[in-house]
Amino acid sequence: MRYRGLVTLAVVLSCVLALELACALGWVARTVIIPPSAMVASLSDILWSGEFNRAIALTLTNVMISVVISISAGFVLGVAIHACDFLRRAVEPYLASYYAVPTFIFYPVFIVLFGVNSAAIIAIAVLLSIVAMITATMNGLDRIPGVLLRTARIMRLSPVKTALMIQLPAAAPYFFTGARLSVAYSFIGVIASEFILSGDGLGYAIAYAYNNFENRQMYGLMLLIVIAVTLVNMTLDRLDRRLQSRLRR
Amino acid sequence: MASKAMASNTVASKTLPSQTLPGGALRNIVPPIVLALVLILCWQGLHLATASGAISSPAATLARLVVLMGSSRFWLDVAETGTAFLWALALSIVLGIGLGVVLAWLRPVGEVMEPILVTFYSLPKVTLYPLVLLIFGLGMPAKVAFGIMHGLVPITLLTRNAISQLKPVYLRTAKVMRLSAFEAVRSVVLPAIIPELVAGIRIGFSLSLLGVLIGEMFASKRGLGFTAVNAMGLGDLDTIMAIGLFLALFAVLANGGLLSLERAIRHRSAGR
Amino acid sequence: MTVLAMASRDAPKAAVEPPAASLRGVTRHYRFPGGGKTLHALGPIDLDLRQGEFFSVVGPSGCGKSTLLDVLAGLNPPSEGTASFEGKPIAGVPDGIGVVFQEDASFPWLTVEANVAFGLKRAGIGQAEIERRVDYAVGFMGLRDFRQSYPAQLSGGMRQRVCIARTLVLQPRLILLDEPFGALDQQTRLIMGDELLRLWRETRATVLLITHSLDEAAMLADRVGVMSARPGLFIDVIETGWSKDRDSRIVADPRFGEMTGRIWEKLRAETMKHMQTQGAGPR
Repeated sequence: MRYRGLVTLAVVLSCVLALELACALGWVARTVIIPPSAMVASLSDILWSGEFNRAIALTLTNVMISVVISISAGFVLGVAIHACDFLRRAVEPYLASYYAVPTFIFYPVFIVLFGVNSAAIIAIAVLLSIVAMITATMNGLDRIPGVLLRTARIMRLSPVKTALMIQLPAAAPYFFTGARLSVAYSFIGVIASEFILSGDGLGYAIAYAYNNFENRQMYGLMLLIVIAVTLVNMTLDRLDRRLQSRLRR
Repeated sequence: MASKAMASNTVASKTLPSQTLPGGALRNIVPPIVLALVLILCWQGLHLATASGAISSPAATLARLVVLMGSSRFWLDVAETGTAFLWALALSIVLGIGLGVVLAWLRPVGEVMEPILVTFYSLPKVTLYPLVLLIFGLGMPAKVAFGIMHGLVPITLLTRNAISQLKPVYLRTAKVMRLSAFEAVRSVVLPAIIPELVAGIRIGFSLSLLGVLIGEMFASKRGLGFTAVNAMGLGDLDTIMAIGLFLALFAVLANGGLLSLERAIRHRSAGR
Repeated sequence: MTVLAMASRDAPKAAVEPPAASLRGVTRHYRFPGGGKTLHALGPIDLDLRQGEFFSVVGPSGCGKSTLLDVLAGLNPPSEGTASFEGKPIAGVPDGIGVVFQEDASFPWLTVEANVAFGLKRAGIGQAEIERRVDYAVGFMGLRDFRQSYPAQLSGGMRQRVCIARTLVLQPRLILLDEPFGALDQQTRLIMGDELLRLWRETRATVLLITHSLDEAAMLADRVGVMSARPGLFIDVIETGWSKDRDSRIVADPRFGEMTGRIWEKLRAETMKHMQTQGAGPR
């Protein structure tokens, strides 16, 4: 397992190296891609100068708020929909098609509702990520083996104890998968909104750098986002796998 | 297992009560319609609540959509977006299935590549759009490439996953019948995973449409995404909502069609 | 009862003919992933399958029965020794061999008819001939009313019939069956056994049946090979001496009980050995 991870890392590193070489040999124009070493240098400049600290803080705050809202509200909604048969029948056809709708198109509507500020961005990020949590919550509750609930009844546990001691741990791996997706989608929602439409944050900084032909800065910022999101996703993915492995017997 | 990200998109299709619970068709049709009516009422409520009706009412949006659909400019946009989307989707499907088969066949390669693909899937790919623009320049190829960046990976991962979970006895049967590798993929592996392929294509469909639209919203002179962003600059909310409604209806209908196709195939081969 | 009275003795005559398939000093070793340790799974085994005989193999679970079949089918090469079919060494799956697996291998995306025709289509056989053979096999296996059904609509026994029919149409000269009725209930197994005997008589193919059921082995075979616990070896090969037109009613005959008793005698010690070593083994 560890060995495989190392090979993956080696593949990524050799791609980076190949790009570096291609740039050094002039196969790729510097106006298109700058060498990875220059990207890293630019990234360290960005971090040292503190020029983008405000944008970074803003983006991360928005992502965090979106994550908290979509995980907690998504969980509550998932439980509610799971509990109410009518609601479930009403919602399920829409859930199946939800991610087909390009939500970003409706961004202006949120600007009208919330004004030009973080609230609109957070709203769109939540809209994108909450449904993953709702679906995962319902799925987790569905997958609790019936024999566990019968065991709880034979042990005469109260509904609250059953929920806390049986249902929650039994469905936890599914909930976590939903949470992990919510984090990924919150990042996508926040950064994409900033990129296309807003006047602030990391996404906007990249768009701004592109429009002003600041390639060096643009690639530094891209690298920052790629590294940050990859680290977060890899950590969550590792935890997710550990939880999932408990399910297989 | 790692394509859970995509799998969760298909979960709802598996747990739908219409398949697990008996009962009249009404029980499955009435609640969604009630919910749709409630949502339209909420929309109308928002329209009334916002200052001077800044949010267009459902009726106004529909009226605007009808006007739009009567204009040739709108259909030029649709053609532009549609062309980019169809190219992106077709290439995502062909390349995604091909790559998925290869990664499943060459197992160690697949295991090494999977984490990279999964990470790429959860990356905010908009940040990479400038890179695409620098390579392809403004225009159709950039939009198609960006659509593929969204649609290709889920199709690849779902294909690989489906093949690796194939019953080993199917491949042994192909071997005993002395089929060539190509023949085994064509007549055993691909038919066996058709339900998963349809699921992958459904998700690839949504995502490549999203990719093309985002591409148009950021840097383009034509297409529905461009027109929507343009309308935003002019404060023309009616048009934005009409385009949004049009795209949402199209996406939901297409998704619903693919979903029922997927169910029909699953039902036949996994039947009860 | 005439079934038994006629206990035919055509075995000596068959022995003069060259064997349908033969194994000489065949072994299989598995290497564990990672470590350099190997598992000695099978052999060395010497076996001649007589032309047109029905040979069944019984043994404790994990004794390498399926490994033996894989070697004969050309799915896995032997680690040592040689395997040959009709005088030619086996390298890859040879032409003229059919295999029926324990798992349901019917293709759920094809109708019964298309399942049965599957191998014929790939073999580039003419449409008229395909139809003729499929028609025959479908009728022979009692699937005529289900030609247009999908496997999902059939019971486990019917699905296994589809797999047998799919093998049958290819007109194999050696049919290998790997616990084909393992997933079926006892009554269905007896009926399927009858079908298999009928098929064997009709096609004159050589049949090798792997099973963990003593009754099945004793009832169906001309000869029963009893295998030891791992590494699997033949500890005995028993001639049953049944007539060629036997069927499942044989289970009522006292000589059938005697036969299963003899096989169990050989097998009992091996099974216990297997159970004792199981804790230490990698299975």
